[in-house]
Order: sequence, then C-alpha cells, then structure tokens
Amino acid sequence: MRIVLILLLFLSGCGEVWNDPYPASERGKNVLYGFFVERPKHLDPVQSYTTDESQFIRQVLEPPLQYHYLKRPYELVPLTAVEVPKPREVDGGKFTVYEIRIRPGIRYQPHPAFVAENQNLPAQRVEALHSPYELPLGTRELVSDDYIYQIKRLAHPRLHSPILGLMSEYIVGMGDFSKRMKEVDKDRAKWLDLREHALEGVERVDRYTYRVKLNGRYPQFVYWLAMPFFTPVPWEAERFFEQPGMAKKNFTLDWWPIGTGPYMLSENNPNARMVLERNPNFRGEPYPSEGEPEDVAAGLLADAGKTMPFIDRVVFSREKESVPLWNKFLQGYYDVAGIGSDQFDQAVRVSIEGAAEPTDEMVKKGITLSTLVSATIYYFGFNMKDPVVGGSSERARKLRQAISIAVDMEEYLSIFENGRGVVAHSPIPPGIFGRRTGEEGVNPLTHAWRDGREQRRPIEEARKLLAEAGYPAGRDPKTGAPLLLYFDTTARGPGDKSRLDWWRKQLAKLSIQLEVRQTDWNRFQEKIRTGTQQLYGLGWAADYPDAENFLFLLHGPQARADGAGANSSNYVNPKYDALFEKMKNMPNSPERQRVIDAMVDMARHDAPWIFGFHPKEFSLRHSWVANAKPNDMAGNTTKYRRIDIPRREAARREWNRPVIWPVALILLAVLASAIPAVLGYRRRERMAARPA
Amino acid sequence: MLAYILRRVLYAIPILIGVNLITFALFFIVNTPNDMARMHLGVKRVTPEAIEKWKQERGYDRPLLWNEKSAGVKRLTDTIFFEKSMKLFAFDFGPAEDRRDIGEEIGARMGPSLALAMPVFLVGLAVNITFALMMAFFRATYLDFWGVVLCVAMMSISTLFYIIGGQYVAAKLWNLVPISGYDGGLDAGRFVILPVLIGVVSGIGSGSRWYRTIFLEEMGRDYVRTARAKGLAESVVLFRHVLKNAMIPILTGAVVVIPLLFMGSLLTESFFGIPGLGSYTIDAIQAQDFAVVRSMVFIGSVLYIAGLLLTDLSYTLVDPRIRFD
Repeated sequence: MRIVLILLLFLSGCGEVWNDPYPASERGKNVLYGFFVERPKHLDPVQSYTTDESQFIRQVLEPPLQYHYLKRPYELVPLTAVEVPKPREVDGGKFTVYEIRIRPGIRYQPHPAFVAENQNLPAQRVEALHSPYELPLGTRELVSDDYIYQIKRLAHPRLHSPILGLMSEYIVGMGDFSKRMKEVDKDRAKWLDLREHALEGVERVDRYTYRVKLNGRYPQFVYWLAMPFFTPVPWEAERFFEQPGMAKKNFTLDWWPIGTGPYMLSENNPNARMVLERNPNFRGEPYPSEGEPEDVAAGLLADAGKTMPFIDRVVFSREKESVPLWNKFLQGYYDVAGIGSDQFDQAVRVSIEGAAEPTDEMVKKGITLSTLVSATIYYFGFNMKDPVVGGSSERARKLRQAISIAVDMEEYLSIFENGRGVVAHSPIPPGIFGRRTGEEGVNPLTHAWRDGREQRRPIEEARKLLAEAGYPAGRDPKTGAPLLLYFDTTARGPGDKSRLDWWRKQLAKLSIQLEVRQTDWNRFQEKIRTGTQQLYGLGWAADYPDAENFLFLLHGPQARADGAGANSSNYVNPKYDALFEKMKNMPNSPERQRVIDAMVDMARHDAPWIFGFHPKEFSLRHSWVANAKPNDMAGNTTKYRRIDIPRREAARREWNRPVIWPVALILLAVLASAIPAVLGYRRRERMAARPA
Repeated sequence: MLAYILRRVLYAIPILIGVNLITFALFFIVNTPNDMARMHLGVKRVTPEAIEKWKQERGYDRPLLWNEKSAGVKRLTDTIFFEKSMKLFAFDFGPAEDRRDIGEEIGARMGPSLALAMPVFLVGLAVNITFALMMAFFRATYLDFWGVVLCVAMMSISTLFYIIGGQYVAAKLWNLVPISGYDGGLDAGRFVILPVLIGVVSGIGSGSRWYRTIFLEEMGRDYVRTARAKGLAESVVLFRHVLKNAMIPILTGAVVVIPLLFMGSLLTESFFGIPGLGSYTIDAIQAQDFAVVRSMVFIGSVLYIAGLLLTDLSYTLVDPRIRFD
C-alpha cells in the first residue's frame, strides 16, 4: 500500500497530466512532436534514399533547388541558388551545361568541424565524447566548392551512392573519376581528400558559382538538384569524422549530417529519438506568398512573407508499433499522424459519394484529414520472357488483356485499401505532366467511359479475348486442362490470405487457375532478376515529378533480366523505346504530350502490366498545427509548419486528466480478497489437533 | 571449486563454437551475402557493382566455410565464418552492417533493458513465491482451488493482450502513465512502471503454479511432518522449513535467467518503445544484419552458460551437502 502511495505521489509530481511522455521542461515550448518507425540507415546525403531518412536530413541539408510548397503541379524554385539554372547546350548538343549560382552570405550550422583544433583530437578526447557538439563549435560561409565536393563524393570509393551509375552516364568524367578514386584510395586508414582530384564535368567558376557538364541532353537533371545527393558537404566535416576513434563512437558523417538548413540534428539516437534544433545561423526564408486558389480559404497563406522556420525544435520518437502510436496521437502527444488499416474506421468515414471525411470523434477533437494521391504506382506485371504470358504474339497479348480486364482493381481498393487509392490507367500518376484526365485518361482496353465516368469492361469481353487467345473457357485446347498461372508474391502473413484468395477469385472469373508462389523478399528479388517469375506485383515511387521517371519502367534497354534496370516485366518494344529516347529529352509541351500519349497507348495495347493503382495517402493533424499541406516531392516541409502552443497545452490537459478512482477500487478489491485468506490463516493457526 | 569453474569455462568453448556454427548455418541458409547487400543497399537503382563492393568491404566476398583457392590453414581461416566468428571470442563485435559500432550500441541499450527486466524479475519472483506459498498454505480449500483457476486463466491469455490491454486501460483510459517511450535516469521510472506491472501480472499464472507444485512436493516430506509433530505453527513450517528446502528448484529456474536479463524483452520493448537489447535483436533480424545477430546470439550463449554456472554455484549456498571439490 505504501509503495502504491509513493508511486502515486511520484506520478503526481509529473504535473497536471501524468501520461506525458516528454520531459516537463519541454511543456509550453515551441516544439513539434513527430515519430519514426524504422531506424534510419543513412543520413549521409550521398547514400540516403528513403522517405524515413529524408524527414531528418531534408531539414538540415540544402540542395540548390526545392519544390514550391503550395503550388501544383510541382514547381522547382531556388533554395540556396539564385535562380533555377537553365540548360545550355554546347558542341551542337553533344553536351549540356548547368551553371548554378548560389547566394552569398549563407552560413553553416554551428559544428566542431569548423574549429581547426578539433581536426586533430587526441584519442582520449574522442573516447570521452558523448556528442560531437560537446566540442567547441564554429561555422563558415557556404561556397560553391562545397557543392563540388559533394558531387565528387557520389563516386567516393568508400561510399555507396545509389545514383553513381546513373550520374556516370551523364556527368562528364564521373565514371573515370570513380575508377581513379578506387585506385587512389589504397590506404583506408587515411582520409581521402577529394579536393586534390579533378572531376572533368564539374567546374568551379567563382566562390559562389559552379558548372556541371552533362553528356548530351538530360532535362531531368534539374530535378536532381532538389535532392539531398546534390547538397553541399564541407570538406572539413569529412575530415573531422575521419579522425581515429570517431567511427567507434558512431560519430560519422553518415550519422551526423551537417548543413545550412533551418535545423540541425542535435540528438541522434536512432533507437529512441532524433532531435532537430533550430539552426542559429540560418539566414531565414520567407513563407510563400502564392499558392493554389483554395490555399487562401484553407489558411495556408496566412503566414505569407513571414520568416521561417516557425518551430524551434522537432522531436521524433521511435514508435515501432501502430497501436501506441495511434493512441499517443489521440492524446495529443504527436502533432500529426498517418492512418493505419487498424485505425481507419475509427478515423475516417467514407460517404456514399466516396468522399473521405474524418469521423465525429476526430471532428470533436479538432483533427483535420488531408489526402494526397501519391506520385507512386503499384502495378501487377507479367514477365514478358515467360512462354505463357510473355512475348509479343497475339495469343499472349490477348491473354494479358483478358486478365487486365478481369482483375477488378476498384474492388481491390475498396476491400483491401479502404478506398485509399486511384485506379491506374497508365504508369503516370496524377499531378504529373503527361497524364490525361477524364475520358482521355481512361485505358480503353479495360474501361469504358459511360455517363461521365469510367466503368470497368464486363467480364464477357475478357472471356471473349481469352477465347481469341486460344483458351476458350480458360482451358488449354491441347490438354483440355484449365490454364494454370503462377503469381509470385512476398505476401506470406496470415493477414495476406484473403488478399491472395481475392487474386485467385479474379482469375477464376476466366476459369484460369492461379497458383500463388509465396516467397521471401530475397527469393522474390532473385526471381525478378533472373526473369523466372510469371505474374508479380511491385511499386515505384517518383524520384521527381516527370513522366520519364515512370515510363522508364517499361524501357527495353532497362529490362531487369538482361541487366540491372528497373523494367521488371522485361518489356521490349522498339517503337516504345525509340519514343522514350525522344520523350526524355523534350521539355513539357504539347508535342511531348503527344509522344507520351503514343507510349501509353502502346503500353496499354501490349499490356505488360495490369496498371494497379496510385495510393492515396491519408494524414491527420491536430487543430494546433498550421500550414500543413501534403507535398509528395518536398521533404523540407518542417520549416513551413507552425504550432499554436497554448491550444495544444489546453487540449493535452483536457484529454489527459488522470483517472484515479479505478486504482483505488482495484486496491480495495485486492484488500477485500485478502480478507478470506487472513480469516482462514487465523482459523488454521488456532485450530486444535484433530483426533487420529 | 576453482578447478570446477575452470573446467566449466573450458567446456564452454566448444559449445560456443557450435552455437556460432549453427547460427552461421541457419543465417546463411536463408540469406546469401548478395541478399544481405541488396537489403542494405535498398531496392532502387542498385547495380551489381554496388553489391560486389558492399560484399568486398565487409568481407562477404569470401567462401562461407572452406576456401579452395587458398593454401594450408588459410583454407579454413580465409572464410566468412572464421573471419566473422573468431573475433567474438575476444568480445570484439566490430561494426554492424550499417557501420554503427555494435559494442557501443550494446553498452547504450543494456541500461534500458535492465531497467525493465530486473524489476520484472525481482518483483515477479517475490509475487509468484508469495502467491504460490499462499495457495500451498490453503491447499485443498476453495482459496487454493480458485487460486489455481485464476493461474490457469492468466496463463491462457497472450502476453500481447496484457500489453495492448494494459496500455489501453492504464495509459489511454485512465491516463496514469505514458503509453510508450523512455528516458534516462530517474525519469525512466514512469516509463517502466506499466511494462513492469504487465510483466509481473502476465507471469503470475505460470510462475505461481510452478512454485506451488514445488512447495506441495516439499510439504509431503518427512521433515515437514516432523516439524508439525513438534507443534510448530503452519506459517513457521512453511516459511522456515519448506521455503528453504524448495530453494534448489527455485534457484534452478531463477538464477539461470539472471544473466539473460541483459538480453531484454523482445515484445515488451517493441510495444513500449524501450530502446533495449531485445528490440535491437529484432531490428537486426528484420534488417538481415548478420553482424548484430551473431553478436547477440553469442552474448546470449555466453550469458546462458554463465547462468548455468551461477546456478550450480548457488546450490552450495542453499544446500550445505553440495560441494564441488
């Protein structure tokens, strides 16, 4: 009893609310609370390539360009650059040059790497450190050399940049530079100073200007200039972290990014929490003054022109399980949250018209729902190398077309995705140039346009196509046996059974038997790589908002089984490939649209994919979070957010009042249940010996 | 005694080599070094060259167990198994596949694991023994009957239910403690109260039934009959004689798990966001991080062997008849 009282006193010392997971010292402070599920693997801009990691590094690092926060379709605007660079063709189009001018006066976050004495630390000093920020801190101005240094780092022999292969095709001399660096880097114990080695395609013009020279044309290069791969890295930081003993303490550039952005990573504990603090050297940036027409009504332009960032600190806590994450969001301890399948019905109500709205419970708490059709596609592919479903024969094409009609993606979205998605009619997601809308955007093979909306073609049409393919009633005329197809998938959990049954049911509509081959991710990848799959499912999220980044998934030279490309269906159509080569170098224009239309028509006709769906992301935010507009491309969105602190504090107090009476009741029940035991004990102790 | 300990330590070496070999075989039956590289490099824009480079940097470009291309003893030593496993015996765990130092990680995560596991163990032991003694004291009465029924009911409920239910009721409905999270120092207390309580309550069913069986077995022995014949009170018989003599089976179960407390709890740590060694192991398995998996299995084996040795040594403390000389 005494222990329980002490515990209650201990908890009551936590203030008005007892269940606050954050320190009392943070209450009332201008802090944004977020979460992360997976441990980040890389925070080095050369290697980092996932959304989980970008929520940290994109607040710290600043590439030359960024996406406009409010405008749609997505538009590139300068970040540290003075303007969005224009490509300049040289040698009659043999090369393209981008000249990037950065603004003078931009300063790095405080960092020990900028203090000369920290570059030669004794081993004991390193050993005693708990954070690199315990050392004296310095700063310096951002210069063009820092951008050049980072471009060279893409070919660093000790690092793994996922875009080295791609950039070696385009940046002049990058491939040779990579080979040269491998030869130079003999002594791994020594720091490799990339400043001593020239990269032909990257040139310093002056303190604030540099040029990148590309082979041929590559209009999409400008999008890469908005990604962390092209952020500046000061050589001092690399040298600082290369000192002996640093890696042993987990002090590496891969874990402690350094930048000029609005925030700096001040606490790095990927097991529990990551903390971003306002960068005191940040120059300030005005909040956008333009947006979409509906942004004014949504209050998204209320802070127009005000200096960002608005939030002082961002605390990300690791939350591996969805149940505690959701409950903490409802308690007000996370400011924003996504919606898991388990919580969907509690959070969202879908009207008869199909519109998603927050439930009454959410509305009562002032929670707002935002939706965004993501620049992503989940597709179900046929392996074009497969003797049954693959190839360019009339038989195989009609078989694929029949299956494409039979697989009812509308039903799939309704049953398994809570309606969170849009049926795909081509590889290009909404919001990206090249995608047609309305009747023009419908895949005529699988859908018809009736009464002003798309409708899936009846199953009879699929059966007819199947018969024309030589499988009347889904049977192989040679053997008389039902056509048997194989679906390779990584779905192996108990929850996946209904999904796989649904797949069997879709093909059963055509009397085709579907055998599901469940496998782990590694084996699945192996099958895709060797081209031994038949039907399979995969997804692709955009690197940048350009049709090229989706249409290349069907580009013949990138067939996966013939190399290491992303064309997992191994689709090869010389006409499509020729158009792709033409399209990828064209600026967005009516002519480019015509080329894209022709490519999409080919892909629909040949049907190497069942064009699955584009997922719709649902996110919730509390009433105290302002300036939150979903943006699929910009990762540096924290600086735009604003928090109404008094409102959050009041809501947390109201929602989290401790309820003590049940504890008292439980204690009483425990005491009451002890009474028979005490009475029994006394009775026994007083009992006289019984006669034998 | 010293000779006995030395002999046990020497026995441990082939056991640890065997455990390493089994871990190695199991891991590489499921994952090839190519799979590991792909898992760590991601799925977008991964070239065969990048995979080869990744393997080369981490020494996974060698043969697994036997190197035909080498000569002499190098056929055995110039292999992934030898290179990765032998350093473990010097407790040199090296870096994880994501290049974070494993030793540093283990050091940082041991505290949170112990903050959770130690109170669960100690309080759980005390509660289970008390409850079991009570049932033994009231044996063959309705209190004993309903106690056993309660134990069976509690044993039948999944740990996951205790966790989710506990979080919902105590942290969400009554707002008494944080749902999840962790902080160092004294502040850790408010984060571990609920998981400790859940750990103790969920273990009462099986623990109490086990100890009750032990106590009842002891209570049927001659020395208990003699004690009662002397006219000793039942409570004295129970606490002074039965409890003391039941300590050997209790110690067998309890002491062996003490070193393993360092290893943390897989499920509880995940749900309560406690950054301990349990969640470290789970993360490593999911990420196919062989460096961490083999280190954690090795530490687990060492601690288990240490636990067994401690159990044997503890017998000498509770039973004067047992001597190792």
